[in-house]
Amino acid sequence: MAGTDIIIHDEKDNVGVVVIEKITPKQDCDCWIMENDKSVKIQSMDEIPLGHKIAMTDLNEGDTILKYGHDIGKVVKSIKKGEHVHVHNVKTKKW
Amino acid sequence: MEIPKTFLGYKREDGRTGTRNHVIILPVDDISNACAEAVANNIKGTIALPHSYGRLQFGADLELHFRTMIGTGKNPNVAAVIVIGIEPKWTKRIVDAIATTGKPVEGFSIEGVGDIDTIARVSKKAQEFSIWASEKQREERPISDLWISVKCGESDTTSGLASNPTVGNLMDKLEPLGVHLCFGETSELTGAETVCEKRGKTPEAQEKFRKTWSSYNDFILKEATNDLSESQPTAGNIAGGLTTIEEKAFGNFQKIGGCKFIDVLEPAEEPTKGPGLYFMDTSSAAAECVTLQAAGGFNLHLFPTGQGNIIGNPIEPVVKLTANPLTARTMSEHIDVDVSKILSREMNLDEAGDELIKATIRVANGRLTCAEALGHREFVMTKLYRSA
Repeated sequence: MAGTDIIIHDEKDNVGVVVIEKITPKQDCDCWIMENDKSVKIQSMDEIPLGHKIAMTDLNEGDTILKYGHDIGKVVKSIKKGEHVHVHNVKTKKW
Repeated sequence: MEIPKTFLGYKREDGRTGTRNHVIILPVDDISNACAEAVANNIKGTIALPHSYGRLQFGADLELHFRTMIGTGKNPNVAAVIVIGIEPKWTKRIVDAIATTGKPVEGFSIEGVGDIDTIARVSKKAQEFSIWASEKQREERPISDLWISVKCGESDTTSGLASNPTVGNLMDKLEPLGVHLCFGETSELTGAETVCEKRGKTPEAQEKFRKTWSSYNDFILKEATNDLSESQPTAGNIAGGLTTIEEKAFGNFQKIGGCKFIDVLEPAEEPTKGPGLYFMDTSSAAAECVTLQAAGGFNLHLFPTGQGNIIGNPIEPVVKLTANPLTARTMSEHIDVDVSKILSREMNLDEAGDELIKATIRVANGRLTCAEALGHREFVMTKLYRSA
């Protein structure tokens, strides 16, 4: 099935991964949730390259990022739904 | 897909099976590299395994050096071995341990003789071994004679989404057939360590994993001068979209599928608890990790990559796969199996796992990997601490 722009590992996840070369601001994206084979839609706010993450919901400083259904770090700068999630706004809890 | 029950390999004297038929010239120490390389240049069908260490090491670090040397020589992908060291004592220790397999092995030391005479004497023996090994034939061997190690590198989010789960799918299908499997990368399980620990098949295996990971973490906390965010994840990982070590760890962990590990191995330790999945305490640096796994006796390696790691190993063929369509296109000479169609959902994991099994068996049967054809022979010793 073609036409998937973003893949989400787990239903609990608050981020998805871009799987096309890039998405552009204001693009309406089709997302596929691997865990339950459901589809959802999201509008992007930023340009996001292949392999990078998009916020599926608004996130505040201190919130936990969930991917694979697990804790992968904390938000250090608030993030709006549809924005690029990466080292500029998320940090490890390990060091 | 029906998985083939056999592959074509080289039966060795100790009952193991090789996927390759190398005659290796193994230097015990850094200063014997020149001799080893001269011999390998003289005698066709041999390869030298130069490296940087082997002098003034002591304690656990020296034991690891011996274990790596001996394990490399014992690996079933090696038909015969020449060991060259500066002095006879350590050389003999390695020769004697490799000889327990029953394969031809001979040691030489340079002190009191010099390079030129040594090269002449070793070349005669190496020629004899090379011609002897050239008559070995592949024969049908059970699939359970495959010992497969895995390690990922230059990972990105496509690794956790698709290429690592493809390896996990292969493990789920091959484990019931009695294949030995091995994963490592102690540092890159950080963030997923408690989830990984629960994958130990027995309380003993879980306890051993907890101790191994904690010991690594204590070392990091002791040595770290600032945070490790620029080393873990690496710049390549970050360019590929990985943000934190936890994210990398959960992606990494997809490589073992639903399997449970039966034991935790020291670096370069040979497994002794029979078929199944093992965790080996290794560095996460690609060449160090694969060198240790090869020394543990593994005869074929699967290496998922995101941004395009190019590693190979002199004795253990390294099969590379990627799910990143850009890497598959721009670095195609390094990629043996392209599973990028998983991302466009034109291929599912089950199909990708089958493709990887087919490629694995072809390589086990003798097909050259991309890394072998390109001449990648990274042989890198793991050093635990400063020498005396």
